[in-house]
Amino acid sequence: MRTSRIKWHIVVFLAPAMLVYTAVMIFPLFNTLRLALYTEVEQSRVFVGLDNFRTLFGDPQWSGAFWNALWNNCWFFIIHMLVQNPIGILLAAILSHPKLRFAALYRSAIFIPTILSFVIIGFAWKLILSPIWGIAPGMLDAVGLKFLFAPWLGKEEYALTTLALVSVWQFVGIPMMLIYAALLTIPEEVLEAGEIDGITGASAFWKIKLPLILPSIGIISILTFVGNFNAFDLIYTAQGALAGPNFSTDILGTFMYRTFFGFQLQLGDPHMGSAIATAMFGIILIGVCIYLFGIQTRLRRYQF
Amino acid sequence: MSLQKIGAALLATTILATGASAQDVELTIESWRNDDLTLWQDKIIPAFEAANPGIKVTFAPSAPAEYNAVLNSKLDAGSAGDLITCRPFDASLALYDAGHLADLSDLGGMANFSDVAKSAWQTDDGSATFCVPMASVIHGFIYNKDAFGELGLEVPETEVEFFAALDAIKEDGTYIPMAMGTNDQWEAATMGYNNIGPNYWKGEEGRTALIAGEQKLTDEAWVAPYRTLAKWGDYLGDGYEAQTYPDSQNIFTLGRAAIYPAGSWEITGFNAQADFEMGAFKPPVQTAGDECYISDHTDIAMGMNAASPNADAAKTFLDWMGTAEFANIYANALPGFFSLSSHDVPMEDPLAQEFVSWRGECNSTIRSTYQILSRGTPNLENDTWNASAQVIKGEESPEDAGKRLQDGLASWYAPHM
Amino acid sequence: MNKARRNPVNIAAAHGILILYTLIALFPVFVILINSFKTRKAIFRDPLALPDAESFSLIGYQTVLKQGDFFLYFQNSMIVTVASLFFVLLFGAMAAFALAEYRFKGNTLMGLYLALGIMIPIRIGTVAILEMMVSSGLVNTLTALILVYTAQGLPLAVFILSEFMRQVSDDLKNAGRIDGLSEYTIFFRLVLPLVKPAMATVAVFNMIPIWNDLWFPLILAPAEETKTLTLGSQVFIGQFVTDWNAVLSALSMAILPVMILYVIFSRQLIRGITSGAVK
Repeated sequence: MRTSRIKWHIVVFLAPAMLVYTAVMIFPLFNTLRLALYTEVEQSRVFVGLDNFRTLFGDPQWSGAFWNALWNNCWFFIIHMLVQNPIGILLAAILSHPKLRFAALYRSAIFIPTILSFVIIGFAWKLILSPIWGIAPGMLDAVGLKFLFAPWLGKEEYALTTLALVSVWQFVGIPMMLIYAALLTIPEEVLEAGEIDGITGASAFWKIKLPLILPSIGIISILTFVGNFNAFDLIYTAQGALAGPNFSTDILGTFMYRTFFGFQLQLGDPHMGSAIATAMFGIILIGVCIYLFGIQTRLRRYQF
Repeated sequence: MSLQKIGAALLATTILATGASAQDVELTIESWRNDDLTLWQDKIIPAFEAANPGIKVTFAPSAPAEYNAVLNSKLDAGSAGDLITCRPFDASLALYDAGHLADLSDLGGMANFSDVAKSAWQTDDGSATFCVPMASVIHGFIYNKDAFGELGLEVPETEVEFFAALDAIKEDGTYIPMAMGTNDQWEAATMGYNNIGPNYWKGEEGRTALIAGEQKLTDEAWVAPYRTLAKWGDYLGDGYEAQTYPDSQNIFTLGRAAIYPAGSWEITGFNAQADFEMGAFKPPVQTAGDECYISDHTDIAMGMNAASPNADAAKTFLDWMGTAEFANIYANALPGFFSLSSHDVPMEDPLAQEFVSWRGECNSTIRSTYQILSRGTPNLENDTWNASAQVIKGEESPEDAGKRLQDGLASWYAPHM
Repeated sequence: MNKARRNPVNIAAAHGILILYTLIALFPVFVILINSFKTRKAIFRDPLALPDAESFSLIGYQTVLKQGDFFLYFQNSMIVTVASLFFVLLFGAMAAFALAEYRFKGNTLMGLYLALGIMIPIRIGTVAILEMMVSSGLVNTLTALILVYTAQGLPLAVFILSEFMRQVSDDLKNAGRIDGLSEYTIFFRLVLPLVKPAMATVAVFNMIPIWNDLWFPLILAPAEETKTLTLGSQVFIGQFVTDWNAVLSALSMAILPVMILYVIFSRQLIRGITSGAVK
């Protein structure tokens, strides 16, 4: 294998993947970053350096919308971390119980929302939560809790949290499955060794299993982070491109879509759209770097 | 099989786009009115083809929300159809400025349209017209005649009577007084603010003064409609904050609500779904005998792709759109979309007749935000949606809304700086 | 064995939690399905009631079949998904083999280059992708979607498959080389069959996001003849939004193919995830 001439078969093996990947993904990615430095004047493209970013962060009209979307996006992510992951871990812990019957059935059923498209999910939940249609108010009424009902998707203070919970409902299957897989790899001997030391039940979970699945939780967190900061579909299908009420559900994805394509009478602006995409790129990159260098290196993988 | 299908689809697109058929000239129409597909296929196109042998027409609509973006990319790619349905004002003006729409000022059929009708598809100085006006929509209120009869209510003429009627309906409790929600935002602005507003700012007078910079959105004439709108919240159904546009339509056509702030485009759908009698009344005036103003908004037109290889055939079609024949077919097949031509178009639908009769009693104007004022960022139209919804919900005062809109406008529009 | 792990109360509680959550997970699907078979008045009167002789109606399905070309949408979705998966797997496996098997200059660099694509979502590049597709005339073709999904799926596919290919025994490959087999034959005849389970995992992982994607069909291929099922149902719902019978029927018809695919592939999917393919 140690010759210096070009090994053509390596080139042939690599070329198709590299070509498609470079042409359709990497090139547009960097081209988008480049487009953020231009603007359109009189039907032609003009280089303006960092002006678009000055507008995005400096002009109160734009920066207000940007920080609003960014904060909403963070809140969206926080809800996922606080609700999706604990529920996922709980379900996985129960499912991994060796004596549990019908585990496969539960597992498949709970995973179903994950495979449905946002179009279905967004619309279904809109119907259920609708104050007009009355499934949610009706059900709350049946248990005497009617007063708890509010038109959640129409209230600024609840709409984003409600949609985040719908998203959690949809994706809880993923952490459940990944944690479940991690729990299965813990050998019986480790748990039995713990039992001999008197560590059983809940404390066995906290003291033995949880530390062992931390790397998986780390991966889930970063997957959730990238997914959330790239989210668009659910908000778009449930609340439209304006992300109402009063932009309270606007996240970076919808903000970029609206800017790029325009809305109603607002004409689209691909260059400001690119500037927002660049900001998203930066945010995701920072998050991934924090994970790779700050967290992952400290979470050692246990091999059995 | 899959590759063949892709190939066939590609081939079909190219053929449609270039119209490269041997004998007949083939025209393709780009449109967002996918609801009208059957109307075009069954009525308009056969009528045109019968009168103009040798020209075949295909109506190829795309979804309303994506129409602008799709059309732009098709035009850039050179794959757009020969005839292009025009949105009013800036969206079409931008296409004309970019050289995508041909100048149609010399088209013979244009003589059948008034200057107001054409204003939505002209350059700012009015020197060039680039789309043939098709239809306008009129705003007002549709009401449930059975409900009004049951409660012994009269059709309100003035604002005092309007709110008295709402109070009576609320008191009775059988019906939701008014079916509207703020979830989708645009109803609040379109069926709310721009519906009742023209009576305050005196239609065209106020609208042109606003464009000229002589009036401000903080002036009483522009804030007062918000003050009226702020009172609407009490009369909307429970949870109206999350009520969507289709929710409102369903509530009204299921007979649960008494009044529906409307645009005339609702007529066809409502006729099909409601099993009670409906009537319509125009936006109430402040005191009896006041001159009245209605929003008679120029909404849709047709232009020609400047790059079309079939320009002659396309012009033949556009000319035909100026005839009484087209106006008749269109207005009667789509009651609620009123012809903009100067032909006298008899209509059969009673609701549509009611709406169009206001043209004789009141002064027509168009929505205040559409011309020029929504050209910059922030966009006045979108801000008006937001402000109207916020005011109805009571989350922003009418005065604050007016100030916010004025500040936004002043940030980019020279006459207001 | 631990007593707590056999405690009947705990088992009952476990079933209780799981049943509760299963109900929560399936409830919206159930609501959509039952209401799609009811008359308009019955939907609004009692949304939770099952359709009975009086309220049963297929009017929504009739509208859907008359108005929306769902078979075309379904076919488009099938073409896009199958073709994208085919290219992801073929190109991905080839590249993975090269990275796992040969030591050459730039091997690590290529790995890092691909890792960028795992971390940064392709949507960020949408503006430039659209421009590229417009200038190459690929807008409103299924080819545009297939290209994008192939590029999107490749990095993770290469990553997962190369992990698996490193585990294929060297003896087998070297035996092949001694027999005079070319590198291509070794790859296609010896290695590919051995990583089939991993390929299936990659396929299943890619399948759902491609099938369900709304963003790229909306932007790159919104024409009537290229609409995917997801976009088609979104647009249909937009148009018929007042006609709840039609909307609910359209949603049910969009759920159906996904559920069938899921029933067929769920074992593969779950085995794929639990085998630690994405550690």
